[in-house]
Parts: sequence; C-alpha cells; structure tokens
Amino acid sequence: MTVQKMVKKKKGVAPYVVLVGLIFMALVWLFPMYIAFINSFKPEKEFIQNGVLALPHHWDVSKFGKFWGEVDFSKKLLNSFQVSVCVAIIGVFLSFLTAYAIGIGRVKGRTWILGFFMVAFTIPQEALIYPLYSVSKMLNLYDNIWSIIIIFGVMSTGFGTYLLSSVMSTFPEELLEAARVDGASPWRILRSIVLPLLRPTLFVLATMFFIFTWNEFLIPLVMLPSNNNQTVTLAMAVTTGQYTSDPTARAAAALIGFMPSVIFFLIFQRTLMRGITLGAVK
Amino acid sequence: MSTKLQQTKQYYWYAVPGFTAFATLVGGAFAYNIYLSFNDWQGVGTPVWVGLANYQALIHDRVFWISFLHAFEFIFAMSIAPTFLGLIVAALIYDFIAQHFGNAIATFLRISLYVPQIIALPVVGILWSWMLSPNVGVINTVLRKIGLSNLALNWLGDANTAMIALSVMMIWIQIGYTIVIFISGMSRLDPYLDEAAQLDGATWFERFRIVTIPQLYPEISVVLLTTTVAALKVFGPVYVMTNGGPGDATQVPAYFSYFHFFSTLKVGYGASIATVLALLLTILAIGLLRFQRRMGLLR
Repeated sequence: MTVQKMVKKKKGVAPYVVLVGLIFMALVWLFPMYIAFINSFKPEKEFIQNGVLALPHHWDVSKFGKFWGEVDFSKKLLNSFQVSVCVAIIGVFLSFLTAYAIGIGRVKGRTWILGFFMVAFTIPQEALIYPLYSVSKMLNLYDNIWSIIIIFGVMSTGFGTYLLSSVMSTFPEELLEAARVDGASPWRILRSIVLPLLRPTLFVLATMFFIFTWNEFLIPLVMLPSNNNQTVTLAMAVTTGQYTSDPTARAAAALIGFMPSVIFFLIFQRTLMRGITLGAVK
Repeated sequence: MSTKLQQTKQYYWYAVPGFTAFATLVGGAFAYNIYLSFNDWQGVGTPVWVGLANYQALIHDRVFWISFLHAFEFIFAMSIAPTFLGLIVAALIYDFIAQHFGNAIATFLRISLYVPQIIALPVVGILWSWMLSPNVGVINTVLRKIGLSNLALNWLGDANTAMIALSVMMIWIQIGYTIVIFISGMSRLDPYLDEAAQLDGATWFERFRIVTIPQLYPEISVVLLTTTVAALKVFGPVYVMTNGGPGDATQVPAYFSYFHFFSTLKVGYGASIATVLALLLTILAIGLLRFQRRMGLLR
C-alpha cells in the first residue's frame, strides 16, 4: 500500500468543507452568466415588477430573434469566423517557419531574433493603432476585414514564434542528426520529420489564435467602422449601447454574444488548456 | 562540418517571411508612432514637427500621472490578488478535490472559474453592468433586500468606488488564468516531497507553504510577469465599463492615449502617451526577466 493510499483513507471533514467552499465559489463565478440567462427570457414587464433576481414566469424567447435580426448577427458570425480562421492559418504558418529556423536550424543570432519578437510582444496595441489606422487608409484597406486579418495574422507571430521555438528546441537531436547524415535538406526535414511530429502542437496554437482573435476588440473597433464588416465582439460593444433603455434585450444580446465562445471553448477545452500551459512554462 | 554550416545558412530563409512581416508591421508601426509623438497632428494634413513639446506637456498633465497611478493600482487586481488566490484555489483543487472526489468535479471547478477568460470584454461589460447597475443591479438589489440600502451605492458612477468595482471585476476575470497555470504546474511536481512532509505530520497549509510554493516559483514568476504587463496595458475593461470616468477616476494610459487619438484628435499627444507606456513596459519586462534569471527562478 502506497503512502498516498494510506493517507487517503483518513478522509475526515476537511475535504467536504473544501468541496462545499469551492462549489460555492464556482457558482459565484458563474452567477453573472446565470443573471444574463434568466433576464434574457424575462418579459420587460416582469423585470420592472419583480426585479433582477426573480425567475421569469413566462419565458419569452422573442428578444433573441429580434436582436439577431436587427444586428444581422449571421453576418457578424460569418465575419468573425472568416477573420479568426484566416488569422489562425496565417499566424501558425509564419510562426512555424520562423520557429523552425530558430528551434531546429539554430541559426546564428537566434537569441536576438527571439528577443525582438518578445520585446515587441510587450508593446501595447495603442502604440501601434494610429499608424496602422492611417497606413490602412492610404492602402485602401480601411474598413476591410482583410486589414485586421493581416494585422492579427502578423502580430500573433510574436507569441507563436516564442511558443513553437521553445517546443522545437526540445526536439530530439538524434533524429535530426540522422536525417542530416542521410543528406536530407532542411525542407525535407521540415516536411517529413518536424511537421508530422508537431502537428498536434500546431493545432493547439491555431485554437489559441482563433479564440484570441475572436475576442479582439481595440483594433477592430478602430479599423472596421461599418456595420457590415463588424465582428461579433465588436458588435457587442457597439450595438448594445442602443439597447440601454431595455435591459432585458441587453441580456439577450449578451447571451447570444457569449454563446459562440462558450460552445467553442467547451469543444476545445483540453486543447486550449494545453496551449495556455505550454505558453507559460517551457 | 562545412555541410552543417551551409545547412545552418539555408535555415535563415525560413525566418525571412515571419521576421520581415513582423518587423514591417509591428516595428514599422511603432517607429511611426514614435515619429508622430514628436509632431503636432490632427490626423489630416501634414504633421508639424514640434520636437519634445508633447513630452513636456505630458509632464505637466495631471491626468497623465493619474492614469499611470491607476495602472499601477490595477497590478493588485490583475496580478497580485489573482496570483495569491489562484495559488490557494489551485492547491485546494489539486490536493483535496481531485484526490477525494475525482477528476470530474475538479474539471468542473476549473472550467467554471476559467469561463470569464474566454468571454469577450464587451460581453463581460454587459454582464457586469447587470451586477453593478445602481437601480436595478444585482448587488444593490441584494443589499436592499437584506436591509443595507445605505450601502447600495452607484458603484461605477461614484469616483470613490469606481476603481474598487473595476478591480473586483478584474479579479473575477483573471483568476481562471492563474488557476490553470498553477494546476498544471502542480501536476509536474514530484509527489515524494509532499508525502514525506505528510508523514512527518505537516499540516496541509504547512506543506502548501513550504513544499508546493517553492517548487512552483517558475510558474509564479511567469504569471506575475504576464499579468503585470497586462495590468499596465489595460484598456478593454475601462473602455466597456467607465470610459475612464467618472471624471478621471479610472483613467489609464492605454485609454488616455486612445482618447487623444480619436476624441480630441491630438494624435501627436496620444502617440507620446503610447510611446511612454510602451517603453515603460519593455523596460519593466526586461528588468523582471533579468531579475528572475538572476534569482534562478527561471530555467
């Protein structure tokens, strides 16, 4: 019998106290979502009469359809998908190639290249936004979703290169050496050794880019003024202001707004967690 | 050997697309921003070179100093408090819940506490306006129900409470990140040390303090670094909740520069604020990294 099991036997009260405490905490954390949920189904009259905490008597689903139609939410979803998918692809592609040179190729000056990516990673978006805004106007890319695809695709290379380089620098050296002795070119090594082995990590990175981009806010706010080009996140910031007179409609908007993220998160939860922890400690 | 050297040179080509794109877009934009900070410009027409005038004006701008003070205050809500709470909660989940009640409950707890991290800030803004609204909000409704109506304040509308209200929201957002990192850090620890301490009769808290925390220094330092940088950069929560107000009660550098770019159209002035913030962040990040390296906290 291991120590672990011996200790486990003496359970006592403490674990139950902890369990109750943490479940309470989790419910407090989920509470704002619950409030949005019950109020989004509550008719406005009931809200005025019974307040924010009461459950709805009559479950009213009309606000969802109304909000969806009024902001043309299908279009926003489509825009967000297009932006996030393209950014994930561009970001992973560029990060992979750069990290390949640093982590596998061990090119001279790699610490400086990596340092450059990492320093640039601390620069706030506010220190880039005005130049991006005025240059995109000059290039006729203003109010075009490709402007933010290019910007986020390239900007995500900072984090992506950092993460992939640290993963690739732990790549088994024997494998690479054997391939080199056999006369394999860098391109061949990339295609037949590194890429197949790293595919899961690239998928993790793509998932992270997808979610990060989905939630991006400042740059779309500046770059995409017209209604037709807005992303889901931007639409949440811009259009919900119109609903302040009817708080229950705002709740419905919030629910519609966070549903895609929550669904996506629940599907890719494991993948995402792996990525976050990969990024934190190499 | 010479073939290896040749090969190493071939590898440079792979860094070219990413490096060029990044240097052009991020490096170029930042250089342009620095250039603009030496100019007077409304966003149209030609910028007028004014040298250091914008920076001189910054020194005398009360709001500029207040905004940085607030950013430093947010380090508590976005970095210190979430790290501290995250460590405790992660250890409780890892040591008690996962061991005694199984992984399903542990996963449920972790996901519930992580959810605020994946919700976009504008949505977070709506959710928290439900909590904090002075007349119909949840917090004030509850306070009135339990007879504490004099505590039912206008949380975001009052300069004395706006920072506190924002800070509570930030802790709610941030804690999921720290918990996830710390739980994964704990899973890499050698259980032997903990078991030995347990046999010696150490209580849970003693083991947490003496055994677990020192082994988690790499995770703790990464979390402190990333969240401190995030706190100094903070924009979204301020934009969606208060717009820097009431007055300048929640003004932060990132929002302050945005405000000058797009509201007052003092583009050069906004650019100088953003430049100061960027330089401060870079110096701070490099400093913290070096400090942690020297202390042997990072491998």
